[in-house]
Amino acid sequence: MSLRNFKIYRGDDERGELVSYQCEVSEGMVVLDVIHRIQADQANDLACRWNCKAGKCGSCSIEINGKPRLGCMTRMNEFEEDQTLTITPLKSFPVIRDIVTDVSWNYKQNEEITPFSPSEEDKKKGFVMMQKDVERVQEFRKCIECNLCQNMCHVIRDNEGKENFSGPRYMARLASLEMHPMDRADRIGDIKDKHGSGMCNITRCCTEVCPEGIQITDDAIIPLKERVVDRYYDPVMMLFRKIFSKKERDKTKSKVSSFLKMFF
Amino acid sequence: MLDISGIKRLQFDVLVIGAGGAGLSAAIAASQEEDIRVGLVCKSLLGKAHTVMAEGGMAAALANVDERDDWKIHFRDTMRGGKMLNNWKMAEIHARNAPERVRELEHWGAVFDRTRDGLINQRNFGGHRYPRLAHVGDRTGLEMIRTLQDHGIHQGIDIQMECTALDILKDESGKVSGIVCMYRETGEFIIFETKSLIFATGGAGKSWEVTSNSWEYTGDGYGMAYEAGAELIDMEFNQFHPTGMVWPPSVKGILVTEGVRGEGGILKNSEGKRFMFDYIPEKFANETADTEEEAARWLEGDKTARRPPELLTRDVVARAINTEVKAGRGSEHGGAYLDIATQRSAEDIKKKLPSMYHQFKVLAELDITKQPMEVGPTCHYFMGGIKVEAETSMTTVEGLFACGEAAGGMHGANRLGGNSLSDLLVFGNLSGVEAAKYSRKIKGMPKVDDKDIKRIIQSATSILNREKGNNPYLIHEDLQKNMQYNVGIIRTKNEIVDGISKIDKMKGEFKEVKAAGSSQFNPGWHEALALRNLLISSEAVAKSALLREESRGAHTREDFPDENKNWLEYNIINRKGKDGKMETIKEKRGNADPELKRIANASIEELEIEVKIDHEKIMPKV
Repeated sequence: MSLRNFKIYRGDDERGELVSYQCEVSEGMVVLDVIHRIQADQANDLACRWNCKAGKCGSCSIEINGKPRLGCMTRMNEFEEDQTLTITPLKSFPVIRDIVTDVSWNYKQNEEITPFSPSEEDKKKGFVMMQKDVERVQEFRKCIECNLCQNMCHVIRDNEGKENFSGPRYMARLASLEMHPMDRADRIGDIKDKHGSGMCNITRCCTEVCPEGIQITDDAIIPLKERVVDRYYDPVMMLFRKIFSKKERDKTKSKVSSFLKMFF
Repeated sequence: MLDISGIKRLQFDVLVIGAGGAGLSAAIAASQEEDIRVGLVCKSLLGKAHTVMAEGGMAAALANVDERDDWKIHFRDTMRGGKMLNNWKMAEIHARNAPERVRELEHWGAVFDRTRDGLINQRNFGGHRYPRLAHVGDRTGLEMIRTLQDHGIHQGIDIQMECTALDILKDESGKVSGIVCMYRETGEFIIFETKSLIFATGGAGKSWEVTSNSWEYTGDGYGMAYEAGAELIDMEFNQFHPTGMVWPPSVKGILVTEGVRGEGGILKNSEGKRFMFDYIPEKFANETADTEEEAARWLEGDKTARRPPELLTRDVVARAINTEVKAGRGSEHGGAYLDIATQRSAEDIKKKLPSMYHQFKVLAELDITKQPMEVGPTCHYFMGGIKVEAETSMTTVEGLFACGEAAGGMHGANRLGGNSLSDLLVFGNLSGVEAAKYSRKIKGMPKVDDKDIKRIIQSATSILNREKGNNPYLIHEDLQKNMQYNVGIIRTKNEIVDGISKIDKMKGEFKEVKAAGSSQFNPGWHEALALRNLLISSEAVAKSALLREESRGAHTREDFPDENKNWLEYNIINRKGKDGKMETIKEKRGNADPELKRIANASIEELEIEVKIDHEKIMPKV
């Protein structure tokens, strides 16, 4: 047991301040436990969102010392005993109260996505899909929708970006649909225009903060960008194919395509 | 006088309260009916309900892994697991319809793990004769809720998030006419007028101290339905999952999936003994391995070997761990050791149980591929709930439907693992279809009474307006301790009586509960509002537990240690009496369909032969 120092944002989107609290921390406690203890003993009206307390629902996303984290999966013994922890709401979304933010924008992005569309014939026959063919899709479906990647994405942090880009979470969702062996819809046009795949310039911030360790950039966004490039910017690819021999192409392809992807 | 003219009102034909697996299934099913306006109210954000915590899988006799499986065997397993107290018809509807619902979920985008032939893979679980659980690693609940969510948002359903339901409104004739709710963000009230209501509100696991349930599980559906005159059934049957985390203290109770045992995990005590061999009930002795050697053969896929005793039903395993700990053979922090490290390769464990690996690594700093976990019983599930009619899911209040954990009857005295997710799909769907049918028959919107609305709102705001009063967090803590110690896994008369008198006292304290601060996103106020429902649920549990003088399934009476044949004839019902007090009565069960009775009581050998003949009739051998 030791008495530790915390600063927690109290207020709304317009006005607020960091309020200091002290809290007894015992073995095994996570940051969410601290918030609950302060809520029960010192600040009954401290607003905080949470559910499962086991890293499975993605509700308790906050910033701890400026880093986007899940409160329930951040252990107190990660920090030095004399270190003051600053707990603030996600920066990219409007504050409702204290450390609770309005994440409704994210739900709207999902509504814009063409849902899973299998053929009637496949449904009638029953799906036959091999494990190795669904593994890629399953990786994206591990997503717990904590919005940490959305919060960290600098395109979305810049408010105008929200109008042009659906964000890494929904790139991963799009990838899970596009790579589903039974899906028959075509979303490439939407990925480019409506969801703004070209806005991402592969800084990998989203991947770094993903609590599920999903390779959002490499496994979802880059392959989607490639599909967009293949369809809409084929002349460039053709030129590229002409310049380089097959062997050289394979060697340089990744370099060139990642260069191209910075723009598309 | 309170002015309610400025409060927003919305109208629906079917309104679903609760957006976990059952609520989403119900809303989707109702929305497929023409000209039916459907609303869905969730207490959290959409997609965060407790269904995400379900790990192991959903039980359905798809027979993808073992071709001998059939609805009849699934039905028999379910009845035996429920100690024959299940509602016969519900158990039948569940077993017959689960495969179709699972396939439907796949058509909506769920990506299950596959067999070598590319079909939905199925895993072993406690009490299931064959590998029967369709799953995705150990995050099946997440897959389910996300699939329903992503499908549901395109069905024209009006979704209201972070909105707490307060109480039901009825018209003059006594049928449902609406519900008063409150947006958690702003504290504003809203009135939903609706022809029918579906409660998919889950259980009340937050009544206990050690629980796998999140803050949402405060028995809101039980409390509101009870106040509206509905009956609660089987409330004494509370499932304690045998394997919750026991260390560190802050994560005590968090679920460790039964999938660990399904994949071969074994239970040991502090002496290193694999103790489950000592706890095999006579009823299951024929179907359970009695040596480690046979259990090992079973794990390797030998179909002639019997199942390891770790996969006995949850009530049996939870009691066994409890007994070992009480006898002084517990693990370091008062549980049992659950060991998968010596049974499977590190690679297999990470592949089959990735979230368990992650959960222990982060929360307990323990590598489950190298060390055993420490586990102990945790309150997990309400078998009981709002009494419904099997074929329609309608409660005893006209226009009020219930499904999922909120409804009682389907699981009897003990639920089999994996039968919950399939229950959510089957009865979510059924209640959605039936509520839409009911609503279609009602001409015009039933009238809500402004007097009722004012009463409901005033009782909510009085918690904020009181000058001073009792701290809701402290009452809740007391209630949890009380239920843990007086109405826990092992129960006796004196303790239950003490528990009931303490609940009575807390009901008094609740009348003077006070939350500080404003109405905007105020957790203290939300806690206070949930308390009424927690108290009603707990009272119903305690009173039913006192009345049932036998041990059956999840309900264990130290003073009546055996099953009593006579009690098999009765359910226990709780309802609000004319004097406003809770009535707890014995109710004779209806007669079972003789055919269902025959299947449930058949020997496994007989039934396997019968099923083989059935299957050959459908698909004759070439």
